[in-house]
Amino acid sequence: MPHDHHDHSHEGMSPSGHPYRADQDGPLSYWQNMEIAVRELLIEKGVVTPEQVAAQIEAMDARTPANGAAVVARAWTDPAFRARLLEDGSAASREMGFDVGPMKLIAVENTEDVHNVIVCTLCSCYPRNLLGLPPDWYKSRAYRSRTVREPRKVLSEFGLDLPDDVTVRVHDSTADMRYIVVPARPEGTEGMDEATLATLVTRDSMIGTGVARLPNS
Amino acid sequence: MQADADFAPGARVRVRALMPPGHIRTPAYLRGHVGEVERVLGPFGNPEKLAYMLPADKQRLYRVRFRLADLWPDADAPTDTIDAEIYAHWLEPA
Repeated sequence: MPHDHHDHSHEGMSPSGHPYRADQDGPLSYWQNMEIAVRELLIEKGVVTPEQVAAQIEAMDARTPANGAAVVARAWTDPAFRARLLEDGSAASREMGFDVGPMKLIAVENTEDVHNVIVCTLCSCYPRNLLGLPPDWYKSRAYRSRTVREPRKVLSEFGLDLPDDVTVRVHDSTADMRYIVVPARPEGTEGMDEATLATLVTRDSMIGTGVARLPNS
Repeated sequence: MQADADFAPGARVRVRALMPPGHIRTPAYLRGHVGEVERVLGPFGNPEKLAYMLPADKQRLYRVRFRLADLWPDADAPTDTIDAEIYAHWLEPA
């Protein structure tokens, strides 16, 4: 009956008698301090306002894989748009209101014979305008180094086992290009409208570590 | 490094096996390896200068396709490929 004995300390215990979990907020890193210092200086000198900083963060957070999914669904339903997207990804996504900024977009299409997958071995280049912020694993050393070394094994760990007659094309975003995979349109989706099709296009299917969802799955 | 070379799609190119210091966008695992130009892009400002806010020369950018087997002798699927963007001044005819 441990609670009968009061000769040990209950300090650091929750009211229910369990130890508190340690907080995860360690000291600020060098670069976190640098960010705060630069941001405060910019505000103090009137270059930007706190509202502008908050609005920019909000705009960045508002970009989600739904943007990319809309582009893919358009490509599935509109052959002329698909051709424009594969020819010039930046111009085609701009048509839909998704500006890629100074970077250029290349769309690569999965077919019966080819499966594409995107990685950035040098850092974490990612088509943020179309997919939002990259998932943590995309930035991990394991994903970045292994995807160019043993791509099929990496894909298999994502649950994607590709037959031997499908060629895997890895795209390493080393410079000014950003990439989006146009996954294959699933069977059984004939007659679906663009908006419904977009719900089948997952983030991972546009990175290439997955495929589009089947209808009703 | 020598001046900008001009390669057409399909050209065989070798990535220069150099190890200069600085902000380099040519991955080390591709240096010294031979691939094929997939398409020609750019020109873009040389990131090795831009990173230090120096006046940047414009460089053609090539998407070069490498066979997995040419990079890794023990590759499990030799005909799988890796495409990467390499600036002109990092390429020589192969």
